[in-house]
Amino acid sequence: MSPNESARLPPLLLLHPEDNIVVARRDIAAGERVELDGESFLIPATVELGHKLARRALAADTRVLKYGAPIGSMKTAVARGEHVHLHNLRSDYIPSTTRDGTGGH
Amino acid sequence: MGDAGMRGFLRKDGRKGIRNVVAVAYLVECAHHVSRLIVQRSGADDVHLIGFPGCYPNKYSLEMMQRLCTHPNVGAVLLVSLGCEGFNREQLRRHIAASGRPVDLLVIQQSGGTTRTLNAGLDIVRRMRAELAKQQAVPMALDELVIGTVCGGSDGTSGITANPAVGRCFDWLIEKNAACIFEETGELIGCERIMASRAVTPELGREIEACVDKAANYYRIMGYGSFAPGNAEGGLTTLEEKSMGAYSKSGSSPISGLIKPGDIPPRGGLYLLDVVPDGEPRFGFPNISDNAEIVELIACGSHLVLFTTGRGSVVGSAISPVIKVCANPDTYERMADDMDVNAGRILNGAELDEVGREIFELVQRVAAGEASKSEALGHQEFILTYKQFEPIGPACLPAA
Repeated sequence: MSPNESARLPPLLLLHPEDNIVVARRDIAAGERVELDGESFLIPATVELGHKLARRALAADTRVLKYGAPIGSMKTAVARGEHVHLHNLRSDYIPSTTRDGTGGH
Repeated sequence: MGDAGMRGFLRKDGRKGIRNVVAVAYLVECAHHVSRLIVQRSGADDVHLIGFPGCYPNKYSLEMMQRLCTHPNVGAVLLVSLGCEGFNREQLRRHIAASGRPVDLLVIQQSGGTTRTLNAGLDIVRRMRAELAKQQAVPMALDELVIGTVCGGSDGTSGITANPAVGRCFDWLIEKNAACIFEETGELIGCERIMASRAVTPELGREIEACVDKAANYYRIMGYGSFAPGNAEGGLTTLEEKSMGAYSKSGSSPISGLIKPGDIPPRGGLYLLDVVPDGEPRFGFPNISDNAEIVELIACGSHLVLFTTGRGSVVGSAISPVIKVCANPDTYERMADDMDVNAGRILNGAELDEVGREIFELVQRVAAGEASKSEALGHQEFILTYKQFEPIGPACLPAA
């Protein structure tokens, strides 16, 4: 597949129908228009390959589903399309670690 | 010839090796340098350095060294001792000799120091290689292979591309009755119920749940989960998210057994390797780096190891070839020389089955003698540390 063809693939991946997050298939720049659940959506902030965005608005303590399986709970509420990561998602098992020892705790 | 041109070196225990290496093993850190010099100055790619750094005796490390020194890929062993360490060198030597392999032991304090031991070691290795060169390989079938899988430097692509592609490959290998091992129960926290439901008996399912509970407890006491900063930089947020991605390496076959480091799968099928020590945490983190996991997979008889990586690992291993399956297309672009398979192209439209098939075929070619990328680059990392385990319970390996 040529780079041109792959650029036409939808930039957001829904891994399981029950998921409430989607995954960036490639780096997506802020301001880019992408398709989210069949609707055109304006990406608010640049997101890197492999990172997660909220598929819909999520309240605090919402269980986040990826691959149809729980991967943690929201620490704070997020809007649709917002980056879901260490700053707003916590493990329901063991806190994640970062080099400065703060992330996830 | 065997399946896909595969051939192996037949050992006395009936297993076959896809390589025929001379292992030089130091039995304490104090003998490491002399052993490394022997390996380097031998100038041969098939002389590999392994060893154990500690001076205190440890049942696990003795058993691991016994398994590694009698691994089917190992044809002969030179043991190098300083002389005063706690390692039971005579038991290890007897164990290797009983396996029918040439074995020799040098004790640096008795040989007269660094230079004399080095020269004696080089003579021994030369003789061993000449002897191994006379061995004829025999045809080998897929049902004689043991394949391990590990992930390292995982990111948000790992669970979407490389890991499920390895899972497909595992399903096809198991269809051919190969034994496949997946591991790191601490990286499967969150998957315990799904895994238990795939066990061939309910009793095995309960053992699997208990071993993941043990792992969660162990990591909680350590204060860290098996989650590195690079995982987060690559888009993974939580341990259970990383687990779900890692879990897909196991494919969809039933789980035939739960084994511990050094246990060899009794027959074809899918096995979960419990790498987290038993009892109260005593010697630190279960596996301090990816190679500690690879060494345990090899001690369980793995002829080769499928290593999936998103951020980009470069490691290989002593004894068994490591095949790199790169999950992230950007990483592949940056580090193609180190990567055997570009699974990241799944994100650009390639089919999972197509990449799974590529891995399946590469396994057979590497088993037939083709060098993997890390092998050709001379990667022979090895690490073994202190641990303690109880033997597995009777429910862990249900009869076929």
